[in-house]
Amino acid sequence: MSDRVIETVPPDADAVLARARELRRQLSGGFREEAVKSLYAEAERVARRAVSQGGDMRAIAFEQRIDRLVTSPWFGLPIMLVLLAIVFWLTIAGANVPSALLAQGLFWIEAQAVTLFDAAGVPWWITGFLWHGVYRGLAWVVSVMLPPMAIFFPLFTVFEDLGYLPRVAFNLDFLFRRAGAHGKQALTMAMGFGCNAAGVIATRIIDSPRERLVAILTNNFVPCNGRFPTLIMLGTIFVGASFAPAFASVAAAGAVVGVVILGIGFTLLMSWLLSRTILRGEASAFTLELPPYRRPNIGRIFYTSLIDRTLFVLYRAMWTAAPAGAVIWLLANIRWGDRTLAAISAGWLDPLGHAIGLDGVILLTYVIAIPANEIVVPTLVMAYMGTGMMTEMEGLGDLRRLLVDQQGWTTLTAVNLMLFSLLHNPCATTILTIYKETLSAKWATVGALLPLGTAFLVCFLTATLARAFGWGG
Amino acid sequence: MSGHDCESCPVAAELAPMGMQVGAIDRVIALAGNPNTGKSTLFNALTGLHQHTGNWPGKTVTRAEGGFAWNDVRYKIVDLPGTYSLLSASQDEEVARDFILFGQPHAVIVVTDASALERNLNLALQVLEITDRVVVAVNLMDEARRKGIDVDTRSLSRDLGVPVVPIVARTGEGMPALLSAVDGVSSGAISTSPLRVTGTPEFEHAVRELMTQVEAAAPGVPNSRWLAIRLLDGDARVEQALRTGELARMVSRQQQRDVRFSKQIALQGAQ
Repeated sequence: MSDRVIETVPPDADAVLARARELRRQLSGGFREEAVKSLYAEAERVARRAVSQGGDMRAIAFEQRIDRLVTSPWFGLPIMLVLLAIVFWLTIAGANVPSALLAQGLFWIEAQAVTLFDAAGVPWWITGFLWHGVYRGLAWVVSVMLPPMAIFFPLFTVFEDLGYLPRVAFNLDFLFRRAGAHGKQALTMAMGFGCNAAGVIATRIIDSPRERLVAILTNNFVPCNGRFPTLIMLGTIFVGASFAPAFASVAAAGAVVGVVILGIGFTLLMSWLLSRTILRGEASAFTLELPPYRRPNIGRIFYTSLIDRTLFVLYRAMWTAAPAGAVIWLLANIRWGDRTLAAISAGWLDPLGHAIGLDGVILLTYVIAIPANEIVVPTLVMAYMGTGMMTEMEGLGDLRRLLVDQQGWTTLTAVNLMLFSLLHNPCATTILTIYKETLSAKWATVGALLPLGTAFLVCFLTATLARAFGWGG
Repeated sequence: MSGHDCESCPVAAELAPMGMQVGAIDRVIALAGNPNTGKSTLFNALTGLHQHTGNWPGKTVTRAEGGFAWNDVRYKIVDLPGTYSLLSASQDEEVARDFILFGQPHAVIVVTDASALERNLNLALQVLEITDRVVVAVNLMDEARRKGIDVDTRSLSRDLGVPVVPIVARTGEGMPALLSAVDGVSSGAISTSPLRVTGTPEFEHAVRELMTQVEAAAPGVPNSRWLAIRLLDGDARVEQALRTGELARMVSRQQQRDVRFSKQIALQGAQ
């Protein structure tokens, strides 16, 4: 800008400011409140003249009754948890069949393609790399992720559209405030359930930089959509399987809700620790107005949840799954001596894995899965089976047999894996997002290492305690 | 006049959403309002964009700009973060306030919720303190009707001293009337006489004295009254603007209408 005036500081600016200070002192102390009060009185007067309330007060009274219930100190949190459980149950119970169908279809395409490539005499390693590596990775991600997302996101958006989410923030506000954080963090945390990277971006709604950092650094303690398949699988085969089939999905949903509550607990605990150590400060007050309930706009729900969220997350997952699928295939097929690279590195990680109640293969899986949490389960299965590709199991029963009977998993392994999945470092996208939002490599590093350290510590304690009492291996 | 009859009339047909293409711009319009009043719905309806919206304060954090053309005039429209007031120092409120003040839009549309008008008017009155180029859009008229609430927009318009238009942003009802009011106010064809709240005599006295001083420091500044009140209140941002000469620059910009600057503020808001 080439304004001439830029350099010219008005000579009497300081004089004006001094005069303003002087006048302020002369005014009675409460002049600001007076001004605000007369503003509000004027608004009230104008509004009263323009608005006439016709008969139907019942609708408003009904809304107020609902509000009093969902934000009541006694029922607010239980209602929230029940709604959450219902959403998870619908997601788990509803996603199974379409997931299986999608998997069947996509893996059928793979089989056909492989047959075609073999017939054409393409070298085995090209076929393997392309179809068993990259394509299989993609197919797995699509079939495991698309159906749950297509159910979870619209349901979540319904709550958002109804105006329920601000009430959740209202209910959780006192907890967050006690933790030295901002009440709006309840909302950014809720966004984190969809995607931690989105949750980190959502912290922009928090004004105070300190509280925003607390929200950014702790967002990862709630499991994102990409981690739900792992949790749902563990919940289904270790928790659900010990119940009658009719209750299996309910029990599995209950287990996932338990993990979610634990995640919220860790969010609060870490916020509390951060705001008492490196991010010390007061919690700032905020007034959250509860918006009126709105009839959800079905068209918009489908648009925002399917296009903006589901397809966006899926697209991102596919971009990270394809190279990961390639890496997995290479690790499992390149040999050093008589062992594959995957087996060698897993063996190397084994002592550390064992110390925290897991094993080397699981740790290797998490290293490979840094780009996206979505590929943890297929990578894990592939590494165990040593088949040289991500493998699709026929059913969860097969998976259970593989993990329990062949690999010696105990309940401790399952519990620790759930804990590890909940607490470990964020995915690459989230770390990058933290960097972009804070513009600080230091905070991005803290954002990655704080959860990872927590995961190791908690899993180590669980494993040590469990072994001291003679549980688990 | 019912909105549904209007959707096929020629006036409405002239609305041409321009999405993100906001290259050559004739006028800049800001959208202000409380959270949950349907600002973003209106923004999307005008620009044809699908800005992500949500039901909580400050959800509008990125990509708050779009364009549309109406009656051969190209508008850039800036969707400001939803706020309840412009008095505190929260980031959302500062973004909104700074844009209205320093971005100098040709008009501000204050979007209000018909079923919570009183609460919404607090913000409208605060915007009227800063600028007189205001159109108040009373949105969600359908929901208000459903609840049996009737809003007399003529009485509102008379009291506030600016055009007040009832709309339903979701369906497009009232859009032509809103656009022609925006056209009138932003071109200066409609002159307004905004309601300004007065305080106690001693307060008014202090305000008037500071007003003269502010006008001396930044000759020609359009909102000296509001600036004086903010200075009395010890508003750090306004103090800084006065000290750095930003206010004086604002006046010099008034003729040339620096669109780039407004964009810069909007981008700052996005960060």
